[in-house]
Amino acid sequence: MITFGLIRWDIISDYMPMLVKIGVKTTFELTVVAVSVGTLLGLILSLMRLSHFRLFSLVSKVYIDFFRGTPLLVQILFIHFAVLPTIGSFPNIVSGFVALSLNSGAYIAEIFRAGIQSIDRGQMEAARSLGMSYPQAMRYIIIPQAIKRVLPALGNEFIAMLKDSSLVSVIAVQELAMTGSLVNGRTARPFEAYGPVAIMYLILTMILSQFVAYLERRFGKSDIRA
Amino acid sequence: MIYVRNLHKRFDKLEVLRGIDCHIKPKEVVVVIGPSGSGKSTFLRCINLLEMPTDGEIVVDGFNMTDKDTNINKVREEVGMVFQHFNLFPHMTALENVALALEKVRKMPVAQAESVAAEMLDKVGLSDKAGNYPGQLSGGQQQRVAIGRALAMRPKVMLFDEPTSALDPEMVGEVLAVMKELAREGMTMVVVSHEMGFAKEVGDRVLFMDEGIIIEEGTPEEVFGSPKHERTQSFLSKILI
Repeated sequence: MITFGLIRWDIISDYMPMLVKIGVKTTFELTVVAVSVGTLLGLILSLMRLSHFRLFSLVSKVYIDFFRGTPLLVQILFIHFAVLPTIGSFPNIVSGFVALSLNSGAYIAEIFRAGIQSIDRGQMEAARSLGMSYPQAMRYIIIPQAIKRVLPALGNEFIAMLKDSSLVSVIAVQELAMTGSLVNGRTARPFEAYGPVAIMYLILTMILSQFVAYLERRFGKSDIRA
Repeated sequence: MIYVRNLHKRFDKLEVLRGIDCHIKPKEVVVVIGPSGSGKSTFLRCINLLEMPTDGEIVVDGFNMTDKDTNINKVREEVGMVFQHFNLFPHMTALENVALALEKVRKMPVAQAESVAAEMLDKVGLSDKAGNYPGQLSGGQQQRVAIGRALAMRPKVMLFDEPTSALDPEMVGEVLAVMKELAREGMTMVVVSHEMGFAKEVGDRVLFMDEGIIIEEGTPEEVFGSPKHERTQSFLSKILI
């Protein structure tokens, strides 16, 4: 039976530097890359999806169906062992970056599509009636409003991506969860190994939701009422 | 200024416009009336191609709008449009709403665009609201900003799609006042509206539309005073109470 007093705090403090300097750092990097590249990719895919050019729309639809319809775990394995080796030799973490970014791009594309479609069509008409081109209307009128509207959903996706980044441990990228397993392997003390891991994830997700809340405040300045 | 020939518009099976012919002369103020579903808004929206005509020809300021080679964006710069629901950009201040197209379409430097925008807000009587977001303005104020936004492009024609129907009654006056001022300055205007007072005061011509065609047209005195067509009479008797 394990009680609080039996926790080996010395193990936790011994392995804390490794947990932070390797595990947290790697998970943080994976998330930042996946979220940034995924957002950019998602925006492009959503615009393609809504395009009147059938080919763009079809390519985007197939892409989204594929990455939403297959497990992220399989995508990581497939990209790491099958796709990337045909291009060249990369560190394992690159496979992680690629797989997570491509995957989050598909989800974020659907979030953006919903956001863009939710904007009243009068906005597009007003912009076009002033002589703006479709790309200008999208860039200055529709997308800024759409982003503001989907920020809560984007925040969800960012947090999900942060947690799902633990899956890249299957290709031996030493991120946070895998670091926990290593500690457990060396010490056979699962509470001391995985407890701090869970807390680290919690801290990271809280930082991320604070970041999204900050974005919501910044985009929300036009909501103030007189 | 605007020539419309045999304009047809069909949404799937529904034929909304069934052959409109009309010519709007420079500096003319034309008021379009008619029951809901008569196609009057669609007619107006076809003029700047917010709706693509199914058939027919529209020539605005010498540009054939239905010709594939016409740069529609270029022509739209010359055709201002005011919408029933204002359609201001909610994420921008009143000043930014007016200045945006000057910067992005006319490629004016920001400072110049903002000074023109300030001038336009002054014209519609809203200089003190330049820094306010649309959500902080009343309906009447929003519609005046929208008029200023369209005017900033120095259009040759202004299209008004029921500009006062979404407003509370006490705000209709301030919007009509701005429109009357515009008419007096010699702006060419096509106005879909049931504001009889406005039509009588500044309208040169009234078009009565029903079921996708122009049933009757004439001066406001002729159409309101002694409508010839039975459908015009019946429509007017309903809205004049």
